[in-house]
Amino acid sequence: MSETHADDKPAPRPQRGGGPFGGMSLPAEKSLNFTASGKRLLGKLSPERLWLFIVLVLAVISVSFAVLGPRLLGEGTNLIFSGVVSKSLPSGSSQAEVIAGLRAAGNTAQADMLSGMTLTPGFGIDFAMLSSVLFWALALYVLSSVFSWMQAYVLNGVVQRTVYRLREEIEAKINRLPLSYFDKKPRGELLSRVTNDVDNISQSLQQSLSQVVTSLLTVIGVIVMMLLLSPLLALIALVTVPLTLVITAFIAKRSQKLFVAQWTNTGELNGQIEETFTGHALVKVFGRQKEVDARFTAKNNELYEASFGAQFISGMIMPAMTFIGNLVYVAIAVVGGLRVASGAMQLGDVQAFIQYSRQFTQPLAQLGSMANLLQSGVASAERVFDLLDAAEQSEDPDHADAPAEVRGRLVFENVSFRYTEDKPLIEQLSLVAEPGQTIAIVGPTGAGKTTLVNLMMRFYEIHSGRILLDGVDVATMTRHDLRSRMGMVLQDTWLFGGTIRDNIAYGRPDATEQDILAAATATYVDRFVHSLPDGYDTVLDDQGSNVSAGEMQLLTIARAFLAQPSVLILDEATSSVDTRTEVLVQKAMSALRAERTSFVIAHRLSTIRDADLILVMESGRIVEQGSHVELLAANGAYQALYAAQFAAPIADEV
Amino acid sequence: MLRSLLVRYLRPYWQPLLGVFVFQLAQSIASLFLPTLNADIIDEGVATGDTGYILRVGALMLLITLAQILCAIVAVYFGAKVAMKVGRDLRGDVFSRVGEFSEQEVTRFGAPSLITRSTNDVQQVQMLVLTTCTLLVSAPILSIGGVIMAIRQDVQLSWLIAVSVPILLIAVGFIVVKMVPLFRKMQTRIDTVNRVLREQLTGIRVVRAFVREDVEIARFATANQDVTDVALSSGRLMALMFPIVMLVLNVSSVAVIWFGAFRIEDGSMQVGTLIAFLSYLMQILMAVMMATFMAVMIPRAAVSADRIGDVLATESSVVPPAEPVNATVGQGELELLDVGFAYPGAEQPVLQNVSFIARHGQTTAIIGSTGSGKTTLINLLPRLFDATSGSVLVDGFNVRELNPDLLWGQIGLVPQKPYLFSGTVRSNLLYGKPDATEEELWQALTTAQARDFVTEMDGGLDAMISQGGTNVSGGQRQRLAIARALVKRPALYIFDDSFSALDLATDARLRLALKQSATGATMIVVAQRVSSIIDADQILVLEDGRIVGRGTHEQLLDTNTTYQEIVSSQLTAEETA
Repeated sequence: MSETHADDKPAPRPQRGGGPFGGMSLPAEKSLNFTASGKRLLGKLSPERLWLFIVLVLAVISVSFAVLGPRLLGEGTNLIFSGVVSKSLPSGSSQAEVIAGLRAAGNTAQADMLSGMTLTPGFGIDFAMLSSVLFWALALYVLSSVFSWMQAYVLNGVVQRTVYRLREEIEAKINRLPLSYFDKKPRGELLSRVTNDVDNISQSLQQSLSQVVTSLLTVIGVIVMMLLLSPLLALIALVTVPLTLVITAFIAKRSQKLFVAQWTNTGELNGQIEETFTGHALVKVFGRQKEVDARFTAKNNELYEASFGAQFISGMIMPAMTFIGNLVYVAIAVVGGLRVASGAMQLGDVQAFIQYSRQFTQPLAQLGSMANLLQSGVASAERVFDLLDAAEQSEDPDHADAPAEVRGRLVFENVSFRYTEDKPLIEQLSLVAEPGQTIAIVGPTGAGKTTLVNLMMRFYEIHSGRILLDGVDVATMTRHDLRSRMGMVLQDTWLFGGTIRDNIAYGRPDATEQDILAAATATYVDRFVHSLPDGYDTVLDDQGSNVSAGEMQLLTIARAFLAQPSVLILDEATSSVDTRTEVLVQKAMSALRAERTSFVIAHRLSTIRDADLILVMESGRIVEQGSHVELLAANGAYQALYAAQFAAPIADEV
Repeated sequence: MLRSLLVRYLRPYWQPLLGVFVFQLAQSIASLFLPTLNADIIDEGVATGDTGYILRVGALMLLITLAQILCAIVAVYFGAKVAMKVGRDLRGDVFSRVGEFSEQEVTRFGAPSLITRSTNDVQQVQMLVLTTCTLLVSAPILSIGGVIMAIRQDVQLSWLIAVSVPILLIAVGFIVVKMVPLFRKMQTRIDTVNRVLREQLTGIRVVRAFVREDVEIARFATANQDVTDVALSSGRLMALMFPIVMLVLNVSSVAVIWFGAFRIEDGSMQVGTLIAFLSYLMQILMAVMMATFMAVMIPRAAVSADRIGDVLATESSVVPPAEPVNATVGQGELELLDVGFAYPGAEQPVLQNVSFIARHGQTTAIIGSTGSGKTTLINLLPRLFDATSGSVLVDGFNVRELNPDLLWGQIGLVPQKPYLFSGTVRSNLLYGKPDATEEELWQALTTAQARDFVTEMDGGLDAMISQGGTNVSGGQRQRLAIARALVKRPALYIFDDSFSALDLATDARLRLALKQSATGATMIVVAQRVSSIIDADQILVLEDGRIVGRGTHEQLLDTNTTYQEIVSSQLTAEETA
């Protein structure tokens, strides 16, 4: 179709209500890429390796402190407990005496318990000791929070910079995609990838990364503590790890597809919305509101179904994790109880172990819910990658040629071109445009006039033949170089949301105020700008609704005027400008054309008549060429066109 | 705005919401119950080595957790359902509200912002509802339950709760309040990213023709940087949230042990009570923490709710009549009485004292210089704008009183920018009359001089049209737009400079065919070329929003200087003769 898509046919797009290509029936291969996309998303973080390492270090510190905290608190509790017990004992006796006394009385259990403590019979709680333990606990907690804050702070930067680069990458990609790509994709769909999907990725990464890191580390920390306490019980806890993975995988497999569907539908819906809002007036006047609404409702419902399913199914992960946590709890209680009964383990150890197993459950559940968020993020990432992977236009040649001297001689040598493989559009076309000449291209609509322009600008790649600018094959030039030598004013006026001044200066950012004013005056822009309250500082909105269509065309002419190209292409440049203004603009344009080669596509005789050469095109071929007088005399296609313009209305009048 | 919006959109789903509440309640009670069982297993089972007891209580505990997770799953089911339905309804309502807007409101908000509002903003609110239903609902239950249990354990120590909870709330509240303006900025900047990108996509040919890719990349980079900057500052605030919550939580537990120790020392409290109190305090603070997790989402959702509410609260400046006249107007005769139009706040009116009658079966042409108000005048007829003074009558009925569907049914509009929708040639042609037959379509294409090229297109009527019609040439696009209006067979045709991209021969043939096929209809033709309107029954010359001349070509040629200027600017003397 164009540069790289020479043999590509336009992909069928869902019409009216989604049709057979609705979001739910996505190709199965999509979800196969899921892991790959997830990895690739993580890969996007690689420029932040150093920072990620810092995040990890900070997280390790913060989590270690947080894991140590309960131990100190436990020590505090022990101190209180010992104090209470000590107080109940007769003062003056030593701990050993008390225990011996208990054993003698046959109270072995209590004796065992007391032997594990440090007691000073008769005295109460050792507040000095307690305050120092609690002080350390406090210090640990404060430090843990400080490190946790630093970690989150750094991670925030990592995520935001990554997201920034992702948007940047998309933008760069858009500028490298062939035009044919945009012919096939609804704008709103592309926009959705940059706003909704990237936003979703950002939120997923931000929320999940820090949680995943802390949760994982907590799990690891707890496991280490468990292993220290009792390897056997730790094994029981570890059994849950594969179980967790299996369950998460089971649920994730089902929700992935739905997440992909959710974001695909969001994109498609965005496409519908964008198109409807753009064609707002037409939708109204053609009485299509109901149909548009119905189509919207159908897609909106599809989106609802997909996102509900995704959220529900993935929402089961967290309860499932809680359940596993409780399962571990009971298992440890049972096995621990048995071991205590058989005297293989101390009661205090089992109790500590059980407490750790409680600590195990929460991060596990959190990991589950993060898996959920991440899945949604990866589904979005997949859509962004899909855009980033689209085939690009061919690379500019490494050693680009450039015409030594730019004079504006443009030659077509046997050029053939087709948008679709089996439909030749331009066949074996040859023409020579001498520097300074004005060449008018006329012919019925669809004869290939605009296509010819597209080829000169190298918007599309030719099929065979050569186009030479001042003796250099344009295919061997860089696109930038080629296009900077060409100026064009299109049928479709396009201005960006900015001031009138900035819009005129678009083609030459280094233009001075005087240059801009000169261009504006020459193209009669100055005249109407003066009547605007803000003059050149008037901000055009994206619809361009504060200037008329004709005024917009004048602005685009001023823009090309200022760019001072060596070849000027005017494609119906003045179709919306009223003829009185056009006469004035023509005068300015003829001054502009004087030193450069210009191609003019126009339907107004006045424009055509003054051309040095008129090319008459029909079905992709040049059927006649010559001057106005010559062609009229030839009595051919041009004469027929000419006659139709002035003869037909007169015939009607009769 | 967030609250009223939520109340409004949650109300229809009170039943599933009740379900969420009930099951979350059950779920929370179950989890409040678990610590007691935990303690029992340790005290009665493990400590005494009673394996039978451990197994019994363990089984009970598993049963309860099973019930708990079942309740949780059901709650998630209802929660996801409600949240996604709220999202769906909001999107639907924003979309149909924009559908009611006149061009004025669409321009005011800007299409890109309207797009962000109907997807991204709704997404934020939807996520808030989802998290509320799945997490937040259980937070108050857990914290109230926790408070009750804690007070039951020891009233004297409860002052700690009264201190730590407010501290937590104030800290979190402080952060949230600071985040609101940031999120407001965030959404506006996402709008900007959207706008810049949309402009680039629309103007991609110009961007490439002027080799301005680098400038565009830089322009996008600025928008990107702006959005990133806000995201960074809001992220920094958010980074504070979790550590602060954890700090309050942990300091509180240290305090419990410290102050508890004194009470134990003087014998007014048991060690067991202290541990229980501690675990309930943890439970309360955990619940509060869960709530703060949500608090992070609230500011952004609130801003989004405002933006959505803005759209929903905006009334279209073109209001459909309360009691529409349902008269069948079939002739399409148009009369303008002293019509004026001014944009709100503008000094100069765009149109002033415009009066004319366009009879059916006749062609009324409007000619005038760029910016003379032609398109504005045209837009008043189908009520894309409403006249600010005077009245527009179709078949004697004021357009403001007519049923809009009937009015639009009468009008065939070919706008200056012949926008085509993505789809096929057929789907575009059927736009105004979905039940048109194949024959009608071809007939319209023939009249519009589009038959030949449509036949040659890949797939004919089913050939693909890309968004905006960018894959066909300007002239083809115009002819398809004309055919689209013709298929509708309206009584009133409006051609807003619709022949400008046509070559001379096609233009002439088209006008001739039009005259033959659309007999009896009222034609309003805005044109630049005199040749396009030379045979009009009536020509209106518009200058600075006023009619400065009216009559036939010959009459105007004799009497009207403005018209003479226009004519002489495009035809040489011999051709005029």
